[in-house]
Amino acid sequence: MTRPPRLALVGQPNCGKSTLFNQVAGYKALTGNFPGTTVTFTSSRVRVAGQVIELVDLPGAYSLAGANPAESVAQDYLLTQNVDAIINVVDASRLERGLDLTLELLELGLPVVLALNMMDEAHRQGITLDQEKLSAALGVPVAALVARKGVGVRELFATAVRACRQPTAPNRARYSRDVEAALAEIAAPLDRRLGLPPRLAAIKLLEGDPKITALARERAPAAVAHAAQFQRALTASRGRPAEVIINSERHTAALNLCEACATVARSRTFDWRDRIDDVLLHPVWGYVALLAILFAFFQFVYGVGTLIEEPTLALFDNVLATLETELRGIPLALELVKGIVAGISGGFAIVLPYLVPFLIGLGLLEDIGYLPRVAFLVDGLMHRLGLHGKAVIPFILGYGCNVPAVMATRILEEPRERVIAATLATMVPCAARLTVVFGLAAFYLGPAYALGIYVLNLIIVALTGAILMRLLPEETPGLILEMPVYRLPTLKTIVAKSYYRVREFVVVAWPILIAGSIALSLLEFLQLDHWVNALFAPVTWLLGLPDAVGTTLIFGVLRKELALVMLRQALNTSNVAAALSAGQMLTFTVFVVFYIPCLATLAALNRELGRNKMLGVAILTTGIALVIAFVVRVGMGLLGG
Amino acid sequence: MTLCEIQQGSQAKIVSIGGGRTAQQQLRELGLFPGDTVRVLRRAAFQGPLLIECRGTQIALGRGVAAKVVVE
Repeated sequence: MTRPPRLALVGQPNCGKSTLFNQVAGYKALTGNFPGTTVTFTSSRVRVAGQVIELVDLPGAYSLAGANPAESVAQDYLLTQNVDAIINVVDASRLERGLDLTLELLELGLPVVLALNMMDEAHRQGITLDQEKLSAALGVPVAALVARKGVGVRELFATAVRACRQPTAPNRARYSRDVEAALAEIAAPLDRRLGLPPRLAAIKLLEGDPKITALARERAPAAVAHAAQFQRALTASRGRPAEVIINSERHTAALNLCEACATVARSRTFDWRDRIDDVLLHPVWGYVALLAILFAFFQFVYGVGTLIEEPTLALFDNVLATLETELRGIPLALELVKGIVAGISGGFAIVLPYLVPFLIGLGLLEDIGYLPRVAFLVDGLMHRLGLHGKAVIPFILGYGCNVPAVMATRILEEPRERVIAATLATMVPCAARLTVVFGLAAFYLGPAYALGIYVLNLIIVALTGAILMRLLPEETPGLILEMPVYRLPTLKTIVAKSYYRVREFVVVAWPILIAGSIALSLLEFLQLDHWVNALFAPVTWLLGLPDAVGTTLIFGVLRKELALVMLRQALNTSNVAAALSAGQMLTFTVFVVFYIPCLATLAALNRELGRNKMLGVAILTTGIALVIAFVVRVGMGLLGG
Repeated sequence: MTLCEIQQGSQAKIVSIGGGRTAQQQLRELGLFPGDTVRVLRRAAFQGPLLIECRGTQIALGRGVAAKVVVE
């Protein structure tokens, strides 16, 4: 067997698994300071401690129960893939809670290495950990590290690689006598037919874990009945459900371990982070601060973007003028070159100037730990949309790109919430649409128009949410969200993360922009664009837009930026204001912001919600876009735009 | 008395935790068990959540969830 050993990073949400992963694999997994940053697994072959290993970054899970689809990924992966060793990452400043999961992981029968991450934070809180004692008590190797700074990472992997080859003898948590008796009896007839060690299977069955119980119903129905019998007996004798008994006893074991191995030098003091929250979570100032932060963010993107868009557009106009004189004799070549230049200049002049500052700003908000605070502030309002505050995280990510936003709805527990949140998340203007809003509305009409579009969008999203809630009536479960401590973002992470996201645009979207522009050139050259425009004529007529806009709207489904890049080409001018009135520009922008999500988002919706709901979203958003753009057209007409 | 009735800045001891199975499980996973002492750090506006602290972990709990946590 030549397969490199497979090591899985497992731990509770926001303990730094992805940060550790990126330290050895390069920036491949997005990181952020909020629980649920990672919703799917990433794996990479890396060379550490002199050996090639396959390292897998799993989504955070508080336990092996999996309260939401993101957490279930970790459980499923550990039970179905051949993992050679588990690196159990624990936030050292939250040891007692992290050990709950550690004790569960020990039941898997795989080699486990305990990685005590964020040792610096633990020190700051006055916590000292006795690693040797902890290692002896658990029967597994323990390594201390600060993943963010790369401290202790090499040693951790050296330990983990050694652990792969060794048989394990962990000290499992012992439950009280009646629980142990029940576990022994349930486990006895179970071999590995449930795909997990019999004792762990017995624990899960006794806890009533829905997934393992369903599996056992197929493969070992007798065990389910057996477990149910013990559940009743335990509830009768202890007055509490079996799962509560088991969880409590495991928690007590974790607390005892922690008490034996950790010393806290001082009691909780209120520090600068609490002072920040005094303002940012204040019932009045919190909302003022939220609006101020969003407005500053907006100004930053607009300021940087316009500064660069204008001279860059002018530069490419000169290039195009030179090329036009050079290629005057060869019409086909001229058209093709025009298309290529339009695609390239679109990326440089319209997309990147707004995209880069936006992604830097989003990265900062993510890494500081502000997103869960927004969830806290808006939870009360979100309930009126049939959601709770946690759903605001996919929304905010949606401003970057709708695809991860749709995937981020996996952090929500209820299927109904995921449907509503994913639908609304696709209506959030992503960075691609941001370039249309800024590059067209803000650039030609002024920043107030762009701001107005964002506010209008929020209102429409809220209204749609309220309507969807009526259509899918059910009680919204309450918010349960861990609030991470603030962290100072590192320059390295912000740069790496922004680069990672910009690269997505450069390698995936930009070629589409160029190809789309060339396609439009060819259509124009062959005079086929009229046919495409004719197909879209009812829409352009309704919205009072020139026929030539039809093609751009169709191509815009590929990538939303394409609508604007192609608009300049379709109107045969780099100065859109010369060809469109203010009203038309606004109508166009509003339509592009709201209409059918791009192909990549539709694919993500198809994966997460299924085909019918994906089609539903496409129809719904297009309908909304038509209505709103029409209203804007009429409104602007009345105002004389 | 439920957690909802605790004043901002005050502490209380958890007596029992009610609510749906998933919610109960999530609270246990975050380390909230009967017998634990929690402090209510903040209360959000618009009938929003409470921010509580238990063993150094801060958790935002919706009012609905907090109303099912009985404390003394």
